[in-house]
Amino acid sequence: MSNQPLFEIKDLEVSYGSIAAIKGISMEVHKGEIVTILGANGAGKTTCMRTISQLLKAKSGSIRFKNAELTGLPAHKIVGLGISHSPEGRRVFGILTVEENLLLGAYSCKSVDRKVLEWVYDLFPRLKERRKQLSGTLSGGEQQMLAIGRALMSKPEMLLLDEPSLGIAPILVKAIFKQIRAIADNGVTVLLVEQNAKAALKLADRGYVLEVGKIATSGTSEELLSSEKVQEAYLGKKH
Amino acid sequence: MDTFFQQLINGLTIGSIYALVALGYTMVYGVMRLINFAHGDMVAASAFVGLTIYTQVMGQSATLFSVIMIFLLAAVSMACVGVILERVAYRPLREAPRLSAVVSALGASLVIQNGIMLLWGPQMRIFPELVPQVYWEIGGVVVSLIQVIILILSLVLMVALYFFVEKTRMGAAIRASSIDQDAARLMGINVNTIIATIFIIGSSLGAIGGLFIGLYYRGITFNMGWQYGLFAFVAAILGGIGNIPGAMLGGMLLGLFNAFIAGYVSSTWSDAFTFILLIIILIVRPTGILGERVAEKV
Repeated sequence: MSNQPLFEIKDLEVSYGSIAAIKGISMEVHKGEIVTILGANGAGKTTCMRTISQLLKAKSGSIRFKNAELTGLPAHKIVGLGISHSPEGRRVFGILTVEENLLLGAYSCKSVDRKVLEWVYDLFPRLKERRKQLSGTLSGGEQQMLAIGRALMSKPEMLLLDEPSLGIAPILVKAIFKQIRAIADNGVTVLLVEQNAKAALKLADRGYVLEVGKIATSGTSEELLSSEKVQEAYLGKKH
Repeated sequence: MDTFFQQLINGLTIGSIYALVALGYTMVYGVMRLINFAHGDMVAASAFVGLTIYTQVMGQSATLFSVIMIFLLAAVSMACVGVILERVAYRPLREAPRLSAVVSALGASLVIQNGIMLLWGPQMRIFPELVPQVYWEIGGVVVSLIQVIILILSLVLMVALYFFVEKTRMGAAIRASSIDQDAARLMGINVNTIIATIFIIGSSLGAIGGLFIGLYYRGITFNMGWQYGLFAFVAAILGGIGNIPGAMLGGMLLGLFNAFIAGYVSSTWSDAFTFILLIIILIVRPTGILGERVAEKV
């Protein structure tokens, strides 16, 4: 692990009008890591992701990726820098076909890299079977695969995954998490937001626990898995 | 039978004009969820701009070259007006409540309408005879050269637009922005560029529609945008607002319906019947004929 993090958030504050959603958080992600952000509903996880992608504007603080400051950039410039975002709720383009969705994922590239498309189809063969189908007709799990695949099409260095397990059949969650591992093994750094703490910590190297806009605790996945506080709050075990 | 085919030709001609204008409403609505009430007035403005280009720039010549130039220049000037309109009247209000944008659109409509009146006067002007008065009589049905030109050119433009939107990268970006602007931004799509593009395309098509109105009906007035705009707007709703093939279909159907009512029932009542048709369609299919192609899973 190099000393210089690939990605770094410092003293980030975000608010919706007068309501503070993120109250000064700092975190870093190193190249090749899978880092997870855990937390209950309303802890600020999605807000954090949307602020990284500049869909929301930070009130103060800095977000740096490979020495470039992201705050203040227009949202459509972020993907070109190498950060791709698979949003909460999947947000696939329902009236476009599966393949059209994937090709739009490569909109920021000069041309579509067929190798990446083939890789995405290898990761999620279901998408290849349904590539001519309108994506609005896919099941929730398939849409999630599409959202992740679409985010990979821009050949990102870092992938932001917001709640990939949300509202999806457990068997598909397993399959999707397995492929997130494969994506990371392919050299893509992953920042994963999850409510499913157990699954996320099994997958991730490190984690941050967010509570009402602040980082409550952080550490390696082993540390967090064995921490009483995390167990009590997120893993449903009583001590 | 003669009446039937005669009204069929007339209906298709008016219908393609409605369709061209309806595309402007529907494309803007598709991405911005905004009814651009100034669109009809830009259609009217285009006819006046065409008139002035004919008299001042082309020296009143109606050669093929000058006719093409009139069409191009009018389309380009309306595209510019459209882009400026979006920057000035709509973009500052994008985050504002919907009603503010509607009021701004109505204001823009009045500004353009009164602008035409200031520049060209309140009286009716006669649009130049850019296309020679050639008629063919086929088995009792009269078809004019103007009708043929309007039909063919509209068809070409609509097919081109359809392929642009369905088959190109930019077209996919337009469709994506109309579904989910934030998700489109995550793909690296500059939604402001998409919106400007839509205003360019919609306004140019509307401009050509305006010139067709001038060619076909000859008399042009500063406030005619209200009438044609309203009908094109109805056509867009009929086909399913926000849906591009829907606007084309809605325009054609409305034109045909108008012509057949005028031919078989009463021409004074054709407008009333048009709105009765609209009410019936909205009761039966509130989303319009082609509205909501798929039920989206959540």
